Amino acid sequence: MGEVAENIQNIIKPENLVYQKSPVLTDKVMHYCPGCSHGVVHKIIAEVIDEMGIQEDTIGVSPVGCSVFAYNYIDIDWHEAAHGRAPAVATGVKRVFPNKFVFTYQGDGDLAAIGTAETMHAVNRGENIVIVFINNAIYGMTGGQMAPTTMVGQVTATTPYGRNVDLNGYPLKITELIAQLPGAAYVTRQSVQTPAAVRKTKKAIRKAFEVQADKKGTAFVEVVATCNSGWKISPVESNKWMEEHMFPFYPLGDLKDGEREDPEALKMNV
Amino acid sequence: MGELRLMKGNEVIAEAAIRCGCDGYFGYPITPQSEVMETLMNRRPWDETGMVVLQAESEVASINMVYGAAGSGKKVMTSSSSPGISLMAEGISYIAGAELPCLIVNVQRGGPGLGTIQPSQADYFQATKGGGHGDYHLIVLAPASVQEMNDFVDLSFELAFKYRNPVMILSDGAIGQMMEKVELADYKPRWTDEEVKEVSGSWAAIGKSPDREQNIITSLELASDKMEQNNIRFQAKYQKIRENEVRFEAIECDDADYILVAFGSAARVCQKTVQLARAKGHKVGLLRPITLFPFPTEEINSMAGHVKGFLSVEMNAGQMVEDVRLSVNGKAPVEYYGRMGGIIPSPDEVEKALEQKLIGG
Repeated sequence: MGEVAENIQNIIKPENLVYQKSPVLTDKVMHYCPGCSHGVVHKIIAEVIDEMGIQEDTIGVSPVGCSVFAYNYIDIDWHEAAHGRAPAVATGVKRVFPNKFVFTYQGDGDLAAIGTAETMHAVNRGENIVIVFINNAIYGMTGGQMAPTTMVGQVTATTPYGRNVDLNGYPLKITELIAQLPGAAYVTRQSVQTPAAVRKTKKAIRKAFEVQADKKGTAFVEVVATCNSGWKISPVESNKWMEEHMFPFYPLGDLKDGEREDPEALKMNV
Repeated sequence: MGELRLMKGNEVIAEAAIRCGCDGYFGYPITPQSEVMETLMNRRPWDETGMVVLQAESEVASINMVYGAAGSGKKVMTSSSSPGISLMAEGISYIAGAELPCLIVNVQRGGPGLGTIQPSQADYFQATKGGGHGDYHLIVLAPASVQEMNDFVDLSFELAFKYRNPVMILSDGAIGQMMEKVELADYKPRWTDEEVKEVSGSWAAIGKSPDREQNIITSLELASDKMEQNNIRFQAKYQKIRENEVRFEAIECDDADYILVAFGSAARVCQKTVQLARAKGHKVGLLRPITLFPFPTEEINSMAGHVKGFLSVEMNAGQMVEDVRLSVNGKAPVEYYGRMGGIIPSPDEVEKALEQKLIGG
């Protein structure tokens, strides 16, 4: 027993440290439900900011919805936006601070419903910002109502018999729309339900910030995410449900990887 | 003496913005104020001073761009006209709630709804009593000339930063479109990032340095007891503004029996009415509020003791008259005369209304 304790003491020396909480995360206890993807994505963003050494030069724009308090957890300057308006707020910040890193963090209601116009036009202008889009196919904060991204047949508080296309329209593949816009440089869809997925998402978010540094155009990262409270199933079942039902409709992977369209090539002949 | 030019009111807003060191304009075209952005685009201030000019996809987006850029501690502005300002109401409430400085120019047209493109003063309530949700006030300046369109841009930024509060220039289509001689201000350089840090570094989201806490621009506070404290702080600020920032012009009020109260274009009309009435032997004066919030309540109240009546002349259905009545507080009769829907009253008809409602009555 004494030998085991001694071995442990040897192992937990600072020089053996292989993983720690990012210093860009605050010590505040997150309010998210256990099993929610927000905490993991916050951690990834904090790690990317730390690893790139851009804490002093990054301004976040936080949304309305469950992640409205994102500013309490990531230790940078933040700007809270009205529901859906984050890309416009980010545009204002970025235009007067062109050398700062500016990103928005938005859910599906924020980005794909009330803020569709602001999202599409910010990307279409090719604003050099990062947009992180958390898509869990439901409204979490208001208590599990239908989102634009809710699946056909999915039961929510406002689609108690399942989303019916005749009544409620189709789920919106907003990321596919975004990928069509000439201002988009990098558009990708990821998830965070497994360690491998977390690593891929981190790589994607890091790349998004690098795209911004290179002024290539808008970088857009969708994360297909869970809402076990809204879906009313356990965190483990949520991961399974997401993989079975959401991934076929919202396939993971890069949709666009390059830079915004060359404006010179689009110029009309005069 | 500064540079003299013959310019449109709307053009002057743009010129004054460039000259006072404005960092950004975000807007959306709407008649009768589109010349503001057109002039800016034509002048290319990004080459000259580094000022950003951006045509947004909507008024909703433009006010939120202002919100973002204002949170960066920079001098930023937008302009619009009545229906566009309604679209901005959400953003204006957020800016007021987050206590950010900015300038919003409203070159009013007739409403409600899509209304008309002719000049109106029907947004008085919206401008002075809130307009968006929640208990807040803008500082509202009402120019009556192209010169004041010029002068109020710099003044607005001064007041906006002094109180960390949005300021509105409440103009109308007549002043926006009319051409007059204007003396332009000398150029002021834009604040450097170092100066921005000095002026606004304690609250603006400009990038967190290791030696300080986060700066978070927000109007959110879920705990009602804290939100009440925020509101108490806002109200104390508005009270301070009431005590320190009342501006008005009194024309021939010293010996007046009757006082016209009018702002902006209506005040220009009433200046002539004062002459017409005096030529007939009636002692009439004009009180022109320059700040609509804060309203010159005490000044009107002190006049109320020795005059026979007030006539509030407005290009709306009688909005400011409510503030005049509150100011007079029953000490003298208060009447209203106005035209609506984009009609400017003539000096004659105001004079007639004065005779009918007060002098002869």
